[in-house]
Amino acid sequence: MDTLVAQLQRQFRDYTISLYHQLFWYVKGFLDDQFTELKKLQDECSPDFVAEVVSLFFEDCEKLIGNMARALDQTGNVDFSLVGSSVHQLKGSSSSVGAKRVKGLCVTFKECCDSQNFEGCVRCLQQVDIEYKSLKAKLQDLFNLEQQIVQAGGRIPQVDI
Amino acid sequence: MSIACELSNPNLKKTKAEKRITTKILLIRVLCGLVVLWLCLSLSLGFLCICKKKESASDDESSSSAKGMLFRNQKNVSRSEIDAMLSLFFDSNQVTSFECRKESDGITCSLSTRSEKEEDEEEEEAKRHVVAELMSSSDNDEEGGVLHEVVLFYVINKWHWWLVLCVLLVGGGRMIFARKEVSSFVQDKQQQQQQCKRAGQWRKNMLLLCIIAGVSFSVLWFWDTNEEILFQRKETLTNMCEERARVLQDQFNVSMNHVHALSILVSTFHHGKTPSAIDQKTFGEYTERTNFERPLTSGVAYALKVTHSEREKFEKEHGWSIKKMDFEDQTLVQGFDPAPVQDEYAPVIFAQETVSHIVSVDMMSGKEDRENILRARALGKGVLTSPFKLLKSNHLGVILTFAVYNTNLPHDATEEERIQATIGYLGASYDMPSLVEKLLQQLASKQTISVNVYDTTNASSVIKMYGSEVGDMSEEHISSLDFGDPFRKHEMHCRFTQKPPIPWLAILPPGFALVITFLLGHIFNGAINRIATVEEDYQKMMELKARAEAADVAKSQFLATVSHEIRTPMVGVLGMLKLLMDTDLDAKQLDFAETAHGSGKDLISLINEVLDQAKIESGRLELENVPFDLRFLLDNVSSLLSGKAAEKGIELAVYVSSNVPAVIVGDLEDEILKQRLGSDETSCNTLSGYPAVNASGSWRNFKTFQDHSCDKTELLVTVEDTGVGIPVDAQSRIFTPFMQADSSTSRTYGGTGIGLSISKRLVELMQGEIGFVSKPGVGTTFSFTGVFGERERDSSVTALELFDQSIQEFQGLKALVIDSRNIRAEVTRYHLQRVGVSSVDIASSLATASTSCASKLVNMDLILIDKDAWNKEEYVAFNSGQETSTRPPKIILLATFTTPAELSEIKSSGLVDEVVMKPLRMSVLVCCLQETMGSGGKKRQTNRKPKNLGNLLRGKQILVVDDTMVNRRVADAVLRKYGALVTCVDSGKAAFAMLKPPHDFHACFMDLQMPEMDGFEATRRVRDLEEEMNKKEESRKWHTPILAMTADVIQATNEKCIKCGMDGFVSKPFEEEELYSSVARFFDK
Repeated sequence: MDTLVAQLQRQFRDYTISLYHQLFWYVKGFLDDQFTELKKLQDECSPDFVAEVVSLFFEDCEKLIGNMARALDQTGNVDFSLVGSSVHQLKGSSSSVGAKRVKGLCVTFKECCDSQNFEGCVRCLQQVDIEYKSLKAKLQDLFNLEQQIVQAGGRIPQVDI
Repeated sequence: MSIACELSNPNLKKTKAEKRITTKILLIRVLCGLVVLWLCLSLSLGFLCICKKKESASDDESSSSAKGMLFRNQKNVSRSEIDAMLSLFFDSNQVTSFECRKESDGITCSLSTRSEKEEDEEEEEAKRHVVAELMSSSDNDEEGGVLHEVVLFYVINKWHWWLVLCVLLVGGGRMIFARKEVSSFVQDKQQQQQQCKRAGQWRKNMLLLCIIAGVSFSVLWFWDTNEEILFQRKETLTNMCEERARVLQDQFNVSMNHVHALSILVSTFHHGKTPSAIDQKTFGEYTERTNFERPLTSGVAYALKVTHSEREKFEKEHGWSIKKMDFEDQTLVQGFDPAPVQDEYAPVIFAQETVSHIVSVDMMSGKEDRENILRARALGKGVLTSPFKLLKSNHLGVILTFAVYNTNLPHDATEEERIQATIGYLGASYDMPSLVEKLLQQLASKQTISVNVYDTTNASSVIKMYGSEVGDMSEEHISSLDFGDPFRKHEMHCRFTQKPPIPWLAILPPGFALVITFLLGHIFNGAINRIATVEEDYQKMMELKARAEAADVAKSQFLATVSHEIRTPMVGVLGMLKLLMDTDLDAKQLDFAETAHGSGKDLISLINEVLDQAKIESGRLELENVPFDLRFLLDNVSSLLSGKAAEKGIELAVYVSSNVPAVIVGDLEDEILKQRLGSDETSCNTLSGYPAVNASGSWRNFKTFQDHSCDKTELLVTVEDTGVGIPVDAQSRIFTPFMQADSSTSRTYGGTGIGLSISKRLVELMQGEIGFVSKPGVGTTFSFTGVFGERERDSSVTALELFDQSIQEFQGLKALVIDSRNIRAEVTRYHLQRVGVSSVDIASSLATASTSCASKLVNMDLILIDKDAWNKEEYVAFNSGQETSTRPPKIILLATFTTPAELSEIKSSGLVDEVVMKPLRMSVLVCCLQETMGSGGKKRQTNRKPKNLGNLLRGKQILVVDDTMVNRRVADAVLRKYGALVTCVDSGKAAFAMLKPPHDFHACFMDLQMPEMDGFEATRRVRDLEEEMNKKEESRKWHTPILAMTADVIQATNEKCIKCGMDGFVSKPFEEEELYSSVARFFDK
């Protein structure tokens, strides 16, 4: 039992670190400190705080990306200001959650919007879509791990980045 | 900077290099032109000479045939020259239509050329017209004089030189035009490349043109010379032929005269005397002996006119019958048949010995002879037969016949009279071949020409009398011969026996010219190709240069980005370390932490430097003009550096000349600080690089007011030290980035060596100059200048306001500075004067002060003693002298490096009133003076303990406005963590509804970008509402702190926030310290 917990805990730790870890200097990690901060905010009063916020974030993402895709789909007269405000919102929420890559992409996306670069916007939108989905998958795994640890009767370890 | 400069005006360099290349091309073109011109000139001169010779030769010519030949020649010239011109013109594409046809009366040419703008062109046209006119006039005026023809000839010969010149001019004009085009498009690179190609093409075309010109010139030259040679040959032939013809004619005439004389002799002595004085024997003898006079005759005979009626009588008289000439069998002389019956007979009665066989032959019986006889007696002159085979000799010959009359007939005697008077005929046979042979023997150069003589009486059947068909049939000269018989026409045809020799004289010089042309063409072709390659290489190099520069910029940008990225985590590292040091650590841990912190600081300063350097290099750094107080700034700088200086035991002092205006407008304060730091990085680095061995050396930052023109002020800043100095060999590279004086790994002094390079660039940005003087072992003086604006004293930037009151108090105080070093004393005086102490005296030591300035000491309020001049014993002595005074002056000790123990000892001894640590600063000095003078300056609270954020926010009602659920949730959680009571709303409208006074909330965090009503708008409305409420109720001021929450923290947003009534802003996501500092303002009351 303990070995399972220990194994799960190690797995959890490694996985968490891999999420923060920067593969190369140009490939950013998925998450940043803000996510850690979020975790710190999670306490007895709000045990599912992180999961709640994250799921809110993903809902947000889905909605905003849908909006942007619709806006960008209108060939001819794309309303860049509409896209821009969506990007801004996405940027805000991603920075709140600590989704580093999405945030970084949002910065580029915003620049593309400001310069009314349609091609760039479409490319960025695709990337954002991919990023947030992969992040979602990763975090899902992470939460699954957490649940497994809890079910196994272990404590969720504190991971110092 | 240099790169930026090059980037900013690459055209400058480009144009320079281009100019160089253009000059080269120009040179080559000019050279080419000169060579061609020289060739043309020399050749045309040569030709002119030839023409003149020709002219003189032509003048000598007098015979009409020569004239005709000349003219024909001339016509040929014009024809072929026109052809040459045609080809030339087609080459230069100048001719749109050119027609030339030879008509019966001459050549008509119509030439239309494309009209060009050049005046030269028109001139050329005019000349061509003149030439054409001359030509046509010559065609019409065939009888024109020799002179006219000669002139024309000259002009026509000159003509193709004009053509060559014209072609050159046209080419040159187009070349110049092309060059103009080239110079007008220097801007655009693409166009420039095209231009280059076009220029190259042009050069090639020019070369081709030149070569064509050279070739055609050579051909013309050859043709001309050859023509001349042929002409001369023809002339020679003519002369020789004419000579032969004349000689033959003369000889013939002489012979004829002799025969004529003989006829008269016969008439006189045979017919005139009775009995006759001549018989066959006499005649034969006489004629034989006088044969030398008639070298051309083979024999003479005399025939008597005998009518048929007289025949019998005649035959009886002479004893022989008249015989008939037999042509069938010429060999048999004996077999003459008796002549048939005829009206008239002409039997030969006398004959020369050589032709004695024809005696008794009737001459009338021969067809030729009969005609001859009849014509001769009718004309009374010698007549010739057509050539026929002579009897016996079988040679071609002619018979000359003279009629002998019985009376002396008058000249105008009629034919009838002549026939009536005829009594006999004298005939002489001429053997033509031997005759001409003999003649030619007598003349010189008989080998070179062959002569044919023809009888052309009957034009349809020309009879050849002499000559063979050998020789050069191509050219022939025909001279007419007059043998005195108008009925007969004879011609002499002369030709050269040999074919004309190969005209080397005509071939060689043009050949050489051709070879030279091709050689030059080859050389210039090589040169042009070289130019093309060089130009291409130049383009490539420019491209490479641009790429290298771009790479350099990219490098700088990369550095800047990376530095920035590194700095962010480093700040975290440092902050954490600091926090760690604040926690409970044992000595060892603390030491480790401190070491780590120090290293981190070094790293971050290095990163800052690299970032600055990269920023400057990538041209991102821009200066902004902001007014600031230089002295105050320098105080800050010196206080910043004091720690470092103290570590190394260096005394630091700042002195600003009183000429420097109080407020100057310079860069953004931030930047100027940076710049100052930059310049003090100079000192920092100098400090770090070269610790001053002489610890007591004095430092001066001399700010010397240098120039003051209208609103611009040029400042000279000098930083002096008394360190080890910079080695002479390192002085040249001191401003190169990352270059240390001692670049070996084991160098004594650390540092990146980038500071000076940054300083230099900053100074350059400030339109100043930086420089230094350094002597190893003595010290270094760095100095730089900068251009600043000047502004009226403005309390907002002078920081003096704080001290204004104190300064008022210090007005009128008198101070004495005791310092062993003059410079340091000066600095102290400057600082004292800044705080308002007007009169400052200086003494070098306590002893001198007590002795020499004793009288002055009485009124002194302040005595400042430098620690170097401090000496307890002396001081006691000094102080004892003062005791008499009613109001003893306050004693202040100026210390540089004092251990706290030493300090407390001095203080506790009660000997001095205050100890001030150097470097002197205004604020420190003011505080110190206030304390010592006892002017009620209360001790200021220092270093207030930061309160816990939790305490600050606990129980506070806070409204969070954000449209994004996630953000709201996070902010809520964070603030809750600190114990705040958080209410969340999701739009500006909702927030506005919640924020109606009287307020329930202590503070509000407002997102800026929200749909419908953004943060600015909501805030503005809340503030408007508050304003209204405030107006209604005078007693209370409603003002809810509204803080902006924003992800992009930039200056503009900040200003906008303040403008619409917000109280501050925090960046999303929240950071503890920032949150604290922004919130503390409102709750810490």
